Amino acid sequence: MSESVLELCGITKHYGPVRALRGADFMLRAGEVHALLGENGAGKSTLMQIAYGLIRPDSGTMVVRGRPGLPRSPRQARMRGIGMVHQHFTGIAALTVAENIALSAGSEMRPGVLRARVEQLMTRVGLAIDPAERAGDLTAALKQRLEILKALAGDATILLLDEPTGVLAPSEAKELLALARRLAAGGSSVVLITHRLEEALTAADRVTVLRAGRVTLTGAAADQSAASLTTAMLGSALESAPVRLRREAGDRPVRVRCIALDMLREGSHGLALRDANLTVQAGEILGLAAIEGNGQRELLRAIAGVLRPLRGRVECDGPVAFIPEDRTTEGLIPQLDMTHNVVLGVGRVAAWVHGWRLDWDSARERTGALIREFGIRASSPDAAAGGLSGGNQQKLVVARALERLPRVVVAENPARGLDVQASRVVWERLQAAAANDVALIVHSTDLDEILEWSTRILVVAKGRLLHVPADSSRGQIGAMMLGEIPADAP
Amino acid sequence: MMRSGMVVGAAALLVGIGALALGLQLSGYDAGLALAALVRGAVGSWYAISSATLVRAVPLILIGLGIAIAFRANALNIGAEGQFYAGAIAAAWIGLHLGGWHPAAAIPAVWAAAAAAGTLWIVLPVWLKRQFGVLEVISTLLLNFVAESLVSWMVQGPLQEASRIYPQSDPIAETARLPLLPGTRLHLGFLLALAAALIIQYVFRRTVWGFELLATGSGPKAAQVSGRINVNRVATFALLWSGLFAGLAGGIEVGGVSYALFQNLSPGYGFSGIAVALLARLEPLGIVLTGVLFGGLEAGGAAMQRDAGVPSVAVYVVEGVVILVVLLAEAVTRQVRTTVALPDAEADPT
Amino acid sequence: MIAAMDLDPLTGFLAASLRVATPLLLAGIGETVTERSGIINLGLEGAMLAGALASAIGASAYGPWAGVASAMAAGALVAAGFAACVVFVRVNQIVAGTAVTLVCIGLTGTIYRRAYGAAGVGLSLPTLTPISVPGLGNLPVVGPVLTQPALTYVAVGLVPLVWWGLYRTRWGLGLRASGEAGPLARAAGVRVRSLRFWATVFGGAMGGLAGATLVLAQVGTFAEKMTAGRGYIAIAIVVLGRWHPGGVALAALLFGAATALQFLFQSLRLTVPYQFFLMLPYLLTLLALAGVVGRVRAPAALAAEE
Repeated sequence: MSESVLELCGITKHYGPVRALRGADFMLRAGEVHALLGENGAGKSTLMQIAYGLIRPDSGTMVVRGRPGLPRSPRQARMRGIGMVHQHFTGIAALTVAENIALSAGSEMRPGVLRARVEQLMTRVGLAIDPAERAGDLTAALKQRLEILKALAGDATILLLDEPTGVLAPSEAKELLALARRLAAGGSSVVLITHRLEEALTAADRVTVLRAGRVTLTGAAADQSAASLTTAMLGSALESAPVRLRREAGDRPVRVRCIALDMLREGSHGLALRDANLTVQAGEILGLAAIEGNGQRELLRAIAGVLRPLRGRVECDGPVAFIPEDRTTEGLIPQLDMTHNVVLGVGRVAAWVHGWRLDWDSARERTGALIREFGIRASSPDAAAGGLSGGNQQKLVVARALERLPRVVVAENPARGLDVQASRVVWERLQAAAANDVALIVHSTDLDEILEWSTRILVVAKGRLLHVPADSSRGQIGAMMLGEIPADAP
Repeated sequence: MMRSGMVVGAAALLVGIGALALGLQLSGYDAGLALAALVRGAVGSWYAISSATLVRAVPLILIGLGIAIAFRANALNIGAEGQFYAGAIAAAWIGLHLGGWHPAAAIPAVWAAAAAAGTLWIVLPVWLKRQFGVLEVISTLLLNFVAESLVSWMVQGPLQEASRIYPQSDPIAETARLPLLPGTRLHLGFLLALAAALIIQYVFRRTVWGFELLATGSGPKAAQVSGRINVNRVATFALLWSGLFAGLAGGIEVGGVSYALFQNLSPGYGFSGIAVALLARLEPLGIVLTGVLFGGLEAGGAAMQRDAGVPSVAVYVVEGVVILVVLLAEAVTRQVRTTVALPDAEADPT
Repeated sequence: MIAAMDLDPLTGFLAASLRVATPLLLAGIGETVTERSGIINLGLEGAMLAGALASAIGASAYGPWAGVASAMAAGALVAAGFAACVVFVRVNQIVAGTAVTLVCIGLTGTIYRRAYGAAGVGLSLPTLTPISVPGLGNLPVVGPVLTQPALTYVAVGLVPLVWWGLYRTRWGLGLRASGEAGPLARAAGVRVRSLRFWATVFGGAMGGLAGATLVLAQVGTFAEKMTAGRGYIAIAIVVLGRWHPGGVALAALLFGAATALQFLFQSLRLTVPYQFFLMLPYLLTLLALAGVVGRVRAPAALAAEE
């Protein structure tokens, strides 16, 4: 069948100076699996979130089964038969599987009727979960199944799957892709958002590639090859080229040492990190390449002194500054002014702390100086931190971290949510710190960013630290991050 | 910030009194008569001001200061009433035994005992919170009732006067009583309250600990992660200090006003203290003002009861309404602030 | 206090336990529904007091059942005011609840004095007489124990009713979802604010009903601040009962028993100062909270200011 069920035309969306989508077109046909491929930040999630009513585009149109109109909310999208499975869990942990499905489906609550409907749904789709189990206790893979069931229970015939295999083991990922094909065969239409070529090549009927907000390729998957897709995604055959890092050789003092570190997973059971051994020298920028949930957060926080190790030791020579990922809840106190936030971050070692006294005038003055030095756009040091833009907030966080005169800086996604300019400012500051004999350990979800700025890279995969051989290509590093450890790894 | 706070506070007070007037009128009282009695009782004469209003302001200021310390760290001590009584019990007990002492030693002894008792009374809720995660709101609240029963037992049992007629203790020793301003009933405790306000103001504004309280209360996660502040310890100490102040208030009430222990010593100071602190936006110097204000309300309430037959609990209406108006005003301005668009941030799509 | 009649100590004790537990159970069930939706209502004490006064006024005008109806209306009204502030303007629930109770104490004291003067309404109030269960009325122990005012049976009947409502209806599912994760529930199409509002109003109505029980089925009159913290105990009972109607019922019975110990000791002629019995329920609550809270999961969105 070749009728279109979903069509997006000329979609543009910008966030300040950042152009997330520039006139993107997308067409989904009935009964097909359509892979939407692209690098992180290419605009794939944004495009589908627009289709699901989560985001309003600046311009463009949408047609669902012949009826035009952009949904203004997920509810409207659902009423038109579109369901989305997000990367994060949207179920309610304390309720059972059946109850979660019932909530999405608006169905009867009498236990007999509900169970029958849920079982019916599960057999139709070929997915089984214990309906009475508490949703919060499910594994990541089962949670995802629940998300799919919820979407289907809401009578979705167009399914948007956002990076579904990101949290799955290889075998689970295979099952998921098989499910997508089954659903398509059964009459649904599936969009598979992914950054992995193999998935597009093996599971999809058609492929659309986005790069920097524009569609660079669209066509039958059978007509494509890894090379053609890579070129479309990256602009040239960079995927297999060896990565070049700014290497700094030399005998510098060791600033950080981790010895046989075991870390518990934050907020749930099991080990997040196993037997990690690490040294970081002054002047290094150690980049951690990892997918979420593989233990890098626990490692970073152990070094920063925020989490206590279960076993093993962390030794840091000198003050440690920490730049947390979530600047609005863990980094800054939004309702307090900038001076207060600077005082918070620098702590008792600050020049304005005299025993138990705080010299606010001195603190305010210094904050004003930092604002100027870092080019933070704020009216004065008395402006509330919550009123600053994301970029300026992050500059403040970095500024005050460096104010501690640390010997070690630990940063979680320091350029998250920042535009190109702000991102550059932040990284240049971090690099300048490294030039001043500070040891930096940084993680970013953007692999390119890590590759651009680090002097050395380690991969954290499934709780283990992996050494990256000198001439590894980007593709190989990506494979290591997925846990597909190359044969010659230690 | 201070100025807008005062505007909101004044508005809240007006609304509160308006609510009282409305309630009185609807209940069939002569609201005009009642309110006139209220004003007269509060500020109608030098005697009213010094011996009714300011005297009642003392425990309110002290309790309000303690509450401000706790609330600043987002620790909700609703048990000041019970801590007050604990302090009163301790003060009465020790005050009976200080006959041979010099006042310069007796008075601080009473204060120390009262402060210690108040702190002890909040130790149980603090421990329950640290060990078991029990909400301090509920635990401090429940202990209020236990304290009242304890007072009841004390004044009908171990601490009852020698003649065993009334449920009250014998008067405390002369040396333990607070000196008065001649011609009035205003006692030394008033100076202590003022001094305490100045000290706490300094602590809030210019010390590291005062800052840690603020950080813990406004952004505990950031305080813990970025500020390396032990928020549990900060909250614990905040609660202990607030118990101390409430206990001290009880001891000063015994030492300066009643000179003995009996039931209903407090006309609800523990709850009014919350209103005093909130109305002053937790600012110590503001608490002196609002403490005097509510002291006037309470004094006026007593006069209302005498002259217009209105039960003194009526002033609770004003206090409750004041708290609600302040809360609403803060919430509304908070919402207005967050809907102002940020330059390159994206509105939450949910 | 309506004294236990000429019954042997044990039967008297059991009957008193059930009687004393009734207002706690009513308020507790109401608050359970409120908290399951994500709101903690410290104004429950105020609602109970308002209900108590309203029941006295209503009963002296039109009889006990009019009193009951007035009580529920008064409690619902108080809770509606609280809910409006907390659900729609999103103020701090705990401070707002305390303030609402303060206002209620002030208003009820004032109105009562005006309506009845210094002498009070006295014992001239038409009260609810105990009814025995047909057929069981003549059994040795069970009979007198199960001879309770009608409101007790209402309270007991509410337990399975609320359980069914929470766990077997679509409305209950939405309510529980609201209490666990407001934004997620909203995304699933649940009308979170509306549910929270009405859940709180229901809780207030039950609190009012509890107040009516105190006046019309126990004490027989109204007195200033007569609720003496029972509203707060009800909140603690909800925690003890793990936010489950059945658990709340058991916890309420436990407290009824703790308070009724007083009568048992009296009839056994043991001389313990009565104040210790007054303290006992509160101390017991604290103890039980300590034993329970750590291992128990509250509704995840309770008191959140989202």
